[in-house]
Amino acid sequence: MSKLTGAEILLESLKHEKVKVIFGYPGGSVLPLFDKIYGRKELHFILTRHEQGAAHAADGYARATGEVGVCVATSGPGATNLVTGIATAYMDSVPIVAITGQVKTFLIGNDAFQEADVTGITRPITKHNFLVKDVSELAKTVKEAFHIARTGRPGPVLIDLPVDVQLASSEFRYPRQAEIRSYKPTLEGHAGQIKRIAKAIEKSKRPIFYIGGGAIISGANHELIELVERTHIPVTTTLMAMGAFPDTHPSSLGMLGMHGTVYANHAMQESDLIIAVGARFDDRVTGKLDEFAPHARIVHIDIDPSSVSKNVKVSIPCIGDAKRILKQLLRFVKTAPDIDEWLIKINGWKEKAPLKYTKDDKLRPQYVVEEIYNATKGEAIITTEVGQNQMWAAQYYKYTKPRTFLTSGGLGTMGYGFPAAIGAKIGKPDKVVFDIAGDGSIQMNIQELATAVLNKINVKIAVLNNCYLGMVRQWQELFYKKRYSYTYLNTCNCPDLVKVAQGYGAVGIRVTKKSEVRKAIERAIKEPNTVLIDFNIEKEENVMPMVPAGEAINRMIGGMA
Amino acid sequence: MDLDSEKKVGKWKKMRKFTLSVLVENKFGVLARIAGLFSARGFNINSLAVAETEDPRVSRMTMVVDADEKTLEQIKKQLNKLIDVIKVIDLTKKDYIDRELVLIKVKISAKTRDKVVQAVDSLNARVVDMGKDSLTVEEVGDMKKINATLELLGPFGIAEIVRTGRIAIQAEKKGVI
Repeated sequence: MSKLTGAEILLESLKHEKVKVIFGYPGGSVLPLFDKIYGRKELHFILTRHEQGAAHAADGYARATGEVGVCVATSGPGATNLVTGIATAYMDSVPIVAITGQVKTFLIGNDAFQEADVTGITRPITKHNFLVKDVSELAKTVKEAFHIARTGRPGPVLIDLPVDVQLASSEFRYPRQAEIRSYKPTLEGHAGQIKRIAKAIEKSKRPIFYIGGGAIISGANHELIELVERTHIPVTTTLMAMGAFPDTHPSSLGMLGMHGTVYANHAMQESDLIIAVGARFDDRVTGKLDEFAPHARIVHIDIDPSSVSKNVKVSIPCIGDAKRILKQLLRFVKTAPDIDEWLIKINGWKEKAPLKYTKDDKLRPQYVVEEIYNATKGEAIITTEVGQNQMWAAQYYKYTKPRTFLTSGGLGTMGYGFPAAIGAKIGKPDKVVFDIAGDGSIQMNIQELATAVLNKINVKIAVLNNCYLGMVRQWQELFYKKRYSYTYLNTCNCPDLVKVAQGYGAVGIRVTKKSEVRKAIERAIKEPNTVLIDFNIEKEENVMPMVPAGEAINRMIGGMA
Repeated sequence: MDLDSEKKVGKWKKMRKFTLSVLVENKFGVLARIAGLFSARGFNINSLAVAETEDPRVSRMTMVVDADEKTLEQIKKQLNKLIDVIKVIDLTKKDYIDRELVLIKVKISAKTRDKVVQAVDSLNARVVDMGKDSLTVEEVGDMKKINATLELLGPFGIAEIVRTGRIAIQAEKKGVI
């Protein structure tokens, strides 16, 4: 058998894993690898302008397609620049494989040039990581890395690859299967538990489905819809689960939690049975834990046992893949429980406290999001940055399909949305991809305009520009006596975002009036190029309703009196 | 479990010591992963003893943790989640034999020396080093025995204590002794 170098083995292994695109940035410790990437026709390499952009793009690709995203960076600063992107993927269970160069094996630990203990740094933010010191272990390591990244509760895996290992040679044989004795995720739910869930549903008077990102990851949306149509149990989704259940469905209560709908939060609090699917009872969802859903028994379906009873004590846990468990559940749940009274009550809340904003002539962000929804007929992939833009995007766009709303939910990473949009567009070239951004967030990875324009990656950016770091300003307004400490970014004066876009060769459009919104969005969609629309929105618009931090979720500002 | 019994959370919140036996891959960086997990999630580790098992590819970590039942459950789950962790055994709920080795340097004078040696003898412990101002006692035993030794030698004045941390092994179901 002929021998290959470590760099070649890595690329051959990626081919076996059906990797078609890599996002990355070169540097000294990945020179041998980049030399082998050079001229490889079957591999689409996207050169970003910052390693963080590469990590988020790989993440956006993974979330949009369900496949593993791959990013590459050099040792030291290249690798540390990936860290925010890796942590973002970790918090949201996104499968990415990050490959970093490392200094030569004999230099490791010597404080060599561009050396950093990357496996040490990324240990708490990866599902697993590897330092490959022996080239003969490389193929097996890549196999294991992809297996770990995409199975169970997915997550990022990092492979640290020293320069000399990239250059050393070995025979190449790609293992057919990853054999990791200590890693065998449970997929099938326990039959007894599933029957108990069915019985609990049957007996419930005020049940609610609480759906998390796990439902999207496992592709459980069809089973969920069937279960809901059979039982009429209302559904609320977390930020991570937007699209797992259609917002347009009559049983949908929209998002819950800090900026969820009033009726979703009230329904959670008054329910007698919460059926959580792939959700993790995050503090933004539960509010004050001691007062969370005081009358409810809790069913928790999740693939990660450590999520169960971590924050809230669970009555009926069921470990396994959400899709398989819901499919099993459909065998036992045949009819609707007697919940008419409950549904009437919820409808009363819906009528009393709908999601609303002031409808006047002013240019309001909620209107912009609604018009993006109307213009794209709900068919776009929406990515977001973090803060007010993210919440408005979640509240006012109606998501009907999974993998169409990509947002940094757990880590809350500003600067995520734009590079994630680039990754998503590469994975789903037929979709319109909109990054709904804020003027603060967009400036955190604005350099990727070069990546988008030069690679003809046609993404749209809607900047909801209020010249403020809006969400922090909102908290200062409500809880810090309007003392706007360093949240005024003055983006109205600097930079001129339209000119920045144009400087990169993208299309820049400024919108200052409500009447111009729809036209600008339609023009952006038609443009064959990357477009940035600078929406000069109302400066002190707030995201409402809102649960103040540490409050019970039914005590909302802007809620029911 | 029904809602009523869940509300009886007394046991759920009481802090106790638990002995866990954790089998891990004998690989570079595994100890760091476990130490990192404990520090990142704010778990308290009381003692930790690590060494190879009969299979050189596997190491055993015996750890004593301070936790309430809820935290213990999280510790076990989080440990199991680490790829390099093969098995987590909670010995606290089983019959097990535990031992710890302690070296105790006891202060002595001409006047107290004989009394200390007598005490050590009565404990079935051993004197392993004898100096002018101190002698070193080696004691092996379970927690009860170690505590008794420390209590008895304490009044003489203890200069230094070195402990290995607890190791433990599961007992056979119907052990003879």
